[in-house]
Amino acid sequence: MTDLVIVGSGPAGMSAAIAAYEAGIRDILILERDNRLGGILGQCIHNGFGLHRFGEELTGPEYAWRYEEKVRAMNIPFKLGTMVLDISEDKVITATNEEDGIFQIKAKAIILAMGCRERSKGALNIAGTRPAGIFSAGTAQKFVNIEGYMPGKNVVILGSGDIGLIMARRMTLEGAKVHAVCELMPYSGGLARNIEQCLNDFGIPLKLSHTVVEIHGKERLTGVTIAKVDENRRPIPETKEYITCDTLLLSVGLIPENELSKSAGVSLDRVTSGAIVDQDRQTNIEGIYACGNVLHVHDLVDYVSEEAEIAGKSAAAYIRGEKAESISVGIKTDGKIRYTVPQKITQNKDVNVYFRVSDVFRNVTVAVYKNGEKVFTKKRPKVAPGEMESVKLSCEIFSDCNELEFRLEQN
Amino acid sequence: MKRELTCIICPIGCSLEVEIEDGVVKSVKGNTCIRGKKYAETECTAPMRTVTTTMKCDDGSVVPVKTDAPIPKEKMFELMEIVNNSVAHLPISVGDVIIENVFGCNIVATKNM
Repeated sequence: MTDLVIVGSGPAGMSAAIAAYEAGIRDILILERDNRLGGILGQCIHNGFGLHRFGEELTGPEYAWRYEEKVRAMNIPFKLGTMVLDISEDKVITATNEEDGIFQIKAKAIILAMGCRERSKGALNIAGTRPAGIFSAGTAQKFVNIEGYMPGKNVVILGSGDIGLIMARRMTLEGAKVHAVCELMPYSGGLARNIEQCLNDFGIPLKLSHTVVEIHGKERLTGVTIAKVDENRRPIPETKEYITCDTLLLSVGLIPENELSKSAGVSLDRVTSGAIVDQDRQTNIEGIYACGNVLHVHDLVDYVSEEAEIAGKSAAAYIRGEKAESISVGIKTDGKIRYTVPQKITQNKDVNVYFRVSDVFRNVTVAVYKNGEKVFTKKRPKVAPGEMESVKLSCEIFSDCNELEFRLEQN
Repeated sequence: MKRELTCIICPIGCSLEVEIEDGVVKSVKGNTCIRGKKYAETECTAPMRTVTTTMKCDDGSVVPVKTDAPIPKEKMFELMEIVNNSVAHLPISVGDVIIENVFGCNIVATKNM
């Protein structure tokens, strides 16, 4: 029996492990699929990480190293090259690696920190041939930044998520020509600063309300046809335009990787594709927690670390058998607010509730209703789907109710 | 003359409105912190950027590196050429200076190799 098993050693997994250690738990094991700690940060060589946590701008590998150093100093055990195959509802983990073969560990508590993966081309239904030269932005990032290979010279990027924007700059600096970034939506899903420093700095056009409608080329990609889309996101035929290119990068969204959570019987939120959790990031299965991008996709790693600390601390309390008086308050959203994390409150304490909106809205108020009465408001000049928002609710709000409703109201 | 900028200092990405007269910044609006004002001032006079990239190592692998301070924006491609024509020698620790004094900064490693 192991006190705490953490699946994944990215920023969420390491941060959760450190928090649990600091809360007095020593019998911890981190299981990591890759051959190094740090998760995806290792290939995110650009800067901009850690402004909130460390007050300085770090690159991905530097941010990961801050945590890895601590994990090593605390002697928290980890197994690399280890793939978790199954997690059962009674918290038995089946995993495999070269050294141990297939093995099982029974855990008192489990923290799910598997991160997310990129939405693939298969999910997009683009017409045309299937040549080489089409990569997800993250795959291209791994080729360039870890392996040292350039995937191509003439590039079109579909999707304006942050990884796509970052790769537009990265490929340009390494000598490629990025012809356009096409975004289906009328707004970018990336941070404003990345549009400025990754596209505008290099004169790369951002084509909003545009998509790739056809792929050309037999062996290797030779070009793509792009088109403007109408308000129903349907391509307008007369706006078709051919761009010669040898590489198409896809930055079309991230999906939490929850196959293991499902096998453990963890209930998932249909909007986030991650677990439904309470303020401690505990799932519907007692003693199983989730944090980081496996729970919901974050914009900033700083918030991943913060969330993982909550999970680590809470798991430690659970392992020690601490029980607080429980309540049950669900959180409902109005659709303009797409989701909240946590989705439910089970203890009477102050809680930061994180959420995302469905569209760009200006001059709005985030309003929280309890039994039909407005009990909390926060004004925002602008909210956008690409930027996670949060409100801090004090515990008095949770008394005498079993549901809160989050609404976005025009000022 | 008015110029509109997006601040790149932090992920908030404030929209800045800058009033410039004879090449001198007269006022900055829209910033939420002092760093935004400073950014607007340098961006309108002598824009600077931190560059992150990778450098070849002597065993054929690549090590991620960065400029330890922002460099003039127009020097980015020259800096890339210098880095791409250099080879880093292993072993390397985070923070090691790989190339000294390029455009007023050092190229430092961001990963242990």
